[in-house]
Amino acid sequence: MPFISNTPAQQKQMLAEIGLSMEDLFADIPRELLTGDFNLPDQMTEQKVREHLAALAGKNHIDLTLFLGGGFYDHFIPAAIYSVISRGEFYTAYTPYQPELSQGTLQAVYEYQSAICRLTDMEAANASLYDGGTAMYEAMMMALRITGRNKIIIDDSVNPIYRVMIHSYTRNLSIELDETHCIDGHANREQILKALDEKSAAVILQNPNFFGCIDDFSDIAEAAHKNGALLIVSCYPISLGILKTPGAMDADIVTGEGQSLGMPMSFGGPYLGFMSSRMKYVRKMPGRIVGRTKDRDGKRAFVLTLQAREQHIRRDKATSNICSNEALCALTALVYLLLMGKEGLVETAQLCAGKANYAYERLTAIPGVRPHFKTKWFFNEFVLDLPCEAADVVARLIEKGYAAGFPLNRYYEGMENSLLVCVTEKRTKQQIGMFAEALESAL
Amino acid sequence: MKLVFEKSIAGRRAVRIDSSDVPSKISFKRELLRDKPAPLPELSELDVVRHFTALSRMNFGVDTNFYPLGSCTMKYNPKVCERIASYPGFAHLHPLLPQLRMGGMLTQGALQILYESDLLLREITGMAGFTMQPMAGAHGELTGIMIMAAYHRDKGNKKTTVLVPDSAHGTNPASAAIAGYKVLAVPSNDKGVMDVDALKSMLNDEVAGLMLTCPNTLGLFNPHIKEICDLVHSVDGLAYYDGANLNAIVGKARPGDFGFDIVHLNLHKTFATPHGGGGPGAGPVGVTERLIDYLPVSIVVKRNDGTFALEYDRPKSIGYIAPFYGNFAVVLRAYVYILMLGKQGLARVAENAVLNANYIRKKLKDYYKSAADGVCKHECVFSPTKEMLEKSVHAIDIAKALIDRGFHPPTVYFPTIVKEAMMIEPTETESKETLDEFLEAMIEIAKLAKTRPEVLKQAPVTTPVSRPDETAAAKNLDIAYLEE
Repeated sequence: MPFISNTPAQQKQMLAEIGLSMEDLFADIPRELLTGDFNLPDQMTEQKVREHLAALAGKNHIDLTLFLGGGFYDHFIPAAIYSVISRGEFYTAYTPYQPELSQGTLQAVYEYQSAICRLTDMEAANASLYDGGTAMYEAMMMALRITGRNKIIIDDSVNPIYRVMIHSYTRNLSIELDETHCIDGHANREQILKALDEKSAAVILQNPNFFGCIDDFSDIAEAAHKNGALLIVSCYPISLGILKTPGAMDADIVTGEGQSLGMPMSFGGPYLGFMSSRMKYVRKMPGRIVGRTKDRDGKRAFVLTLQAREQHIRRDKATSNICSNEALCALTALVYLLLMGKEGLVETAQLCAGKANYAYERLTAIPGVRPHFKTKWFFNEFVLDLPCEAADVVARLIEKGYAAGFPLNRYYEGMENSLLVCVTEKRTKQQIGMFAEALESAL
Repeated sequence: MKLVFEKSIAGRRAVRIDSSDVPSKISFKRELLRDKPAPLPELSELDVVRHFTALSRMNFGVDTNFYPLGSCTMKYNPKVCERIASYPGFAHLHPLLPQLRMGGMLTQGALQILYESDLLLREITGMAGFTMQPMAGAHGELTGIMIMAAYHRDKGNKKTTVLVPDSAHGTNPASAAIAGYKVLAVPSNDKGVMDVDALKSMLNDEVAGLMLTCPNTLGLFNPHIKEICDLVHSVDGLAYYDGANLNAIVGKARPGDFGFDIVHLNLHKTFATPHGGGGPGAGPVGVTERLIDYLPVSIVVKRNDGTFALEYDRPKSIGYIAPFYGNFAVVLRAYVYILMLGKQGLARVAENAVLNANYIRKKLKDYYKSAADGVCKHECVFSPTKEMLEKSVHAIDIAKALIDRGFHPPTVYFPTIVKEAMMIEPTETESKETLDEFLEAMIEIAKLAKTRPEVLKQAPVTTPVSRPDETAAAKNLDIAYLEE
């Protein structure tokens, strides 16, 4: 039998040794509840299953040139990452409950937490959450706990995929969600300041925002703090190679999607939700946290810490229900950041921004194509207004081998002709040029 | 071992980045930029690889050691699943592609896998439909409770409370609470399973549902399971099956046939996807016919022409709970695993998991205090004997002594309804030889506990560190290295 070590003879021997039959082992299940026969396919050998899956993989078109982002990006992934994370000692281990035999995982998580703090300019980080969207939801819940208030202000320049998730999660809770509408690609100061009141727990913003525009939220942080509210900033980690950090803006909680840090797109996951915050809020944080301590001989050692926040201790009073997280993805992100290093991350961010800027110039030079926003401050995504429906143009360009971008009408009313275009460091000048020609002929 | 930050040498590089091939230079306003580069270490690729190879050697994994961690189902993770997940046709697939017009045709292979995984899990559990979106077991629980809430809201029911047995995993009460419910614990009876009379006395019109792990964390199957589901239904409550322990009955019996309305599965337990040192997992949720409309958007449907598509127009749905279609690459691994087991293999999983657990239970019962009499399912729970406790040998000491003998310890101090619990789950992938070596170590430790208990208090002595000071860790909090 696949993956079962004991031979039928051994099974028989074991049953004999314990004086039971296989039927005895299942005698506690009422007979009428035992399923006779499962309608499942016959077992497949490794050779067959690989042929089958190779055929299915072949039905997915990965030969398109991607100008599609929307928070999920086609970045370069160094080969050494896979060598490290595919070591069985990492990927077949469980959550490090037994510290003495998990120092590898524990030290790596501590280093990951340190790297996330350094990237975002914060003092505390957890060991990971599921993805950028659930991380934003958890940050919102954390802000509610910290402030004891129940109103959340969120600008609609925050990734709409995350906003619809937050709507789902808050449906049974008494939370007031106040959505402000961005102006010319930037968070709407006027509406946010007006919405801030004594009930407000937090303002949630994103940088670069969903449209790729870059902002500095320092003024909003100040206004939020004056009202006793927190600032939650969701960010794109690659952009932090060059962009002002949430810490420097005086944000209180930082979250984001870590996929761009070395994880393949894999049709939506597994990804990585990261979270960092000010040290004073660490006891309200969800998820695992690794701390440094000493062993009996005074040697440096790492352990899971502040576990009294967690579900396995606190049950219905826990800061979150999270148990399994995205540990291997956090390891991936750490290894990515180390391989890139101090200079590599800066260079990658500069390449993304530079190429996006070049693409912006090429594409807005096409007759009939105009930038949607006046601002020129964008990172590696920007919004174009086309002379016709963006979704149609995207469909036409798929036939020519391009994923041209994300049509914004799906989430934004009145943006039927608007297309969100993304450029990563992987796109070449030649690809951008050919894409510009293809777009022009598709209009 | 040094921290990776302490190994940095100014000017050293690993990955070289392409130089720019475009003429445009960016010049953002100063206030939009960070003052200085993120203080990441400067290392060579060899530095990085060697650092993590060294760290990995400080870990136990299923690939290196027997890992009988109760309720975690640490079975072998087939390598072929890793290979397939890295096929470019899966790894390089952008999740937004099928949401573009004409884009669905670009991802037919991936959509087919999601669709067929749904069908396979329906058959295995007896449910009517699944969502693959929840990204872990606890995320599945939250999704399930949100479905429960949507059902009651739709019917105009005023429900405030979710019942959870006192032996449940901590995620159950936590999930119900963050979904907005009050949580009440149902006590266990003297046999270690949920007390049906206690349940009866707690059922009323305010009960939204009951969350149940079956078999429970003592490894016991509740023979009154059908009656329990019926009782919950009698107050229009919903019965929720926590699939954490499905490995005990997979291929033998189906929660849908017991009367459960909502089921979550842990693909990283029963379906052999790797734990990754804590994740990623996947927690698909299955429901009965009457709850299908509440499943999260989107779901994969098969059209008349045989192609697959994402369906979004589901007005009763609880909405989006994940950005896309769940942890696709984890679902993919589980799909491969199920296909390889097939009809023939699946039935052998629970049989061998239960046989291995009972083999351990029988062989240890004369040396340790058994938490329950009679046959167990996939795991068994022991405690130190009275004599051991008198010599102040605790579960933790036995656990640490096992480490020195090359075994990952059982889950200790859980379930909390058993004092000094040691929860042992061998899984079906382990061999008799491995179990015998483990038993030998457990018996040796039991004898040492009587003769030289002080030796056990010193354990472990073979690991890179001895027992760390956890109190100090929480008191003098150091969770990030920020010195430059």
